[in-house]
Amino acid sequence: MAAPAARRSPIPAGLSEDALLEIYYYLRLTRSLEERLVNLYRQSKVIGGLYGSLGQEGQSVASAYALEPGDIVSPLIRNVGSMLVMGAMPLDLLRQYMAKGTGPARGRDSGVHFVDLERGYLGNISHLGDMVPVMAGIALSFKLRGERRVGLVHVGDGASSTGAFHEGMNLAAVQRVPLVVIIENNGYAYSTPTSRQTAVKRLAEKAKAYGVPAETVDGNDIFPVYEASTRAVERARLGEGVTLIEVVTYRRKGHAEHDDQRYQPKEEREHWARLDPIDRYVWRLVAEGWVEQANLKAVDDRVTAELDTAVAVAEGEPPPGGDTALSDVLADPPEAERLWHRRR
Amino acid sequence: MPEVTYLEALRQGLWEEMERDERVFILGEDIGIYGGAFKVTEGFIDRFGPSRVIDTPISEAAIVGAAAGAAHMGLRPVAEMQFIDFISCAYDMLTNYVATARYRTGVATPMVVRGPSGGYVRGGPFHSQMPEAAFFHTPGLKIVCPATARDAKGLIKAAIRDDDPVLYLEHKFLYRRIKEHLPEGEDLLTPIGKARVAREGTDLSIVTYSATVWKALEAAEEIAVKDGASVEVIDLRSLVPLDDAAIMESVKKTNKVLIVHEDTRTGGIAGEIAARINEQAFEWLDGPILRVTAHDVPLPYAPTLEDFVLPQTADIVTAARRLLAY
Repeated sequence: MAAPAARRSPIPAGLSEDALLEIYYYLRLTRSLEERLVNLYRQSKVIGGLYGSLGQEGQSVASAYALEPGDIVSPLIRNVGSMLVMGAMPLDLLRQYMAKGTGPARGRDSGVHFVDLERGYLGNISHLGDMVPVMAGIALSFKLRGERRVGLVHVGDGASSTGAFHEGMNLAAVQRVPLVVIIENNGYAYSTPTSRQTAVKRLAEKAKAYGVPAETVDGNDIFPVYEASTRAVERARLGEGVTLIEVVTYRRKGHAEHDDQRYQPKEEREHWARLDPIDRYVWRLVAEGWVEQANLKAVDDRVTAELDTAVAVAEGEPPPGGDTALSDVLADPPEAERLWHRRR
Repeated sequence: MPEVTYLEALRQGLWEEMERDERVFILGEDIGIYGGAFKVTEGFIDRFGPSRVIDTPISEAAIVGAAAGAAHMGLRPVAEMQFIDFISCAYDMLTNYVATARYRTGVATPMVVRGPSGGYVRGGPFHSQMPEAAFFHTPGLKIVCPATARDAKGLIKAAIRDDDPVLYLEHKFLYRRIKEHLPEGEDLLTPIGKARVAREGTDLSIVTYSATVWKALEAAEEIAVKDGASVEVIDLRSLVPLDDAAIMESVKKTNKVLIVHEDTRTGGIAGEIAARINEQAFEWLDGPILRVTAHDVPLPYAPTLEDFVLPQTADIVTAARRLLAY
């Protein structure tokens, strides 16, 4: 790696130049992967709905970047960036959205709904808030076994209204399990603005009810998200329990690709487009003299090449055979009964 | 062989599994120093400590969700619902999360949710329910309903060792009312998915589970004495997987079937069993498949009301006689 010309200030948060470029790689990979998915959706190659994270990639990448091998993150639909940081393959995301039999969920579920506990991610289910108790249980297992591992669970502003969120936060807090809870406040739950979701001014205020520390950070700035996440992860790893982080960001696309966003003022979207987390990050890296433009370009080229390959592979793969639907409802029996009118 | 109650048998099974396997831990409301509302876990906290006997907030969804997370990581949680009526607060977590986890993701969720079910105890609408039908409908959950002390012990041990999520529905009416001599020092396991012939007979089969096994046995005895007819009683023990083979074997022997359960009628387990017999053994039937169940009302509190609503031995005798007349 060529040494940067002249740093105007030290790189914050103990990050190295290589780390900055790695974060940039995951940011670019997340955005480009989602752009590819939009193209595939428009060609009807994505099955069903497509959920994107345009403008929110920064917090997903920066928060997961604070984790270490052995830690486990539970994403929501807009946390593809977190999964990629933990080692999820773009090819697997493509397979998931294209309902391929080769995908990790074998065509049984879509999007980020897949799991690899070795790499460290536990995909969510659609019932918002449910992953908070489940991740509390995963973090409880770390505590019971005396492992210095940490769980991180993403919820949205909408999920923070659910009973499961409350029960999970409360149980995790009272058991002091090593869990970081991130509320990604992107302004809307589908079409409902946060002002109709909750009467608190800041979602971080909810932490008071659970007796856990909390902070609110700018979700479109990599550095404060990374620093807050690192502090929370460190607390958890030291046995000091749960931290709540509210990251403030904005959902620049609809809830899903079909959504016409009639409920979002145009000026609002334009305002947040000027606060794009990747643009801000790149601008700062270059302006501060922390990385060379050429190194960023090399990352862009790498991402393009990787995604070209992944899309070509995924497109060529078959859907699952219909009768594979019967396996693995239970461990025993391993196959559900095939109904007589489907016996050939 | 000492005589132990159904409750003590359950306690022993739980205790032995916690001794045998350090991955097993229990969580629930008031299960620690207090020992649980029915004292199933009395003394456990002294032996196993607060990290394996976890008192939780009143949060059934979180209890089940946290158990699922811990189970994913290789632990073997046993979650107690203080009364099984409260399992409805965790319905989403069980049906959407736990039941689908293996199918969706390939990740195992070896956990048990147990709790006192059932009526005949004047518990009223919220401390008397039989919750099985709601979960029977959901692929991905196993359900066991012990009727005897031996199976109370054998099924809790089997449930804890099972690699699938298991709902273990003990019956609070039976807790201290029935006793049985159980062998000591022997690993007593009841296989999940296998029914038991509680009484052999040739003229009529009663298919049932949980507390109504005992009412069916009383009815069978009364019919033997007063009518001279021979009634077979099948104790299902497991509802998922349901032991079709045992049911059909009995049907083919007696050619008449009465299905009895304590739960309400509409959408109950009896309807599914009747449909399976219809599909698998129609030609062997010499009469209609009849049901004796609770009436389709919430379970009321007053003894006169509860006794009227729930199936009683006399109801089973009446139905059996009607069927024997064919």
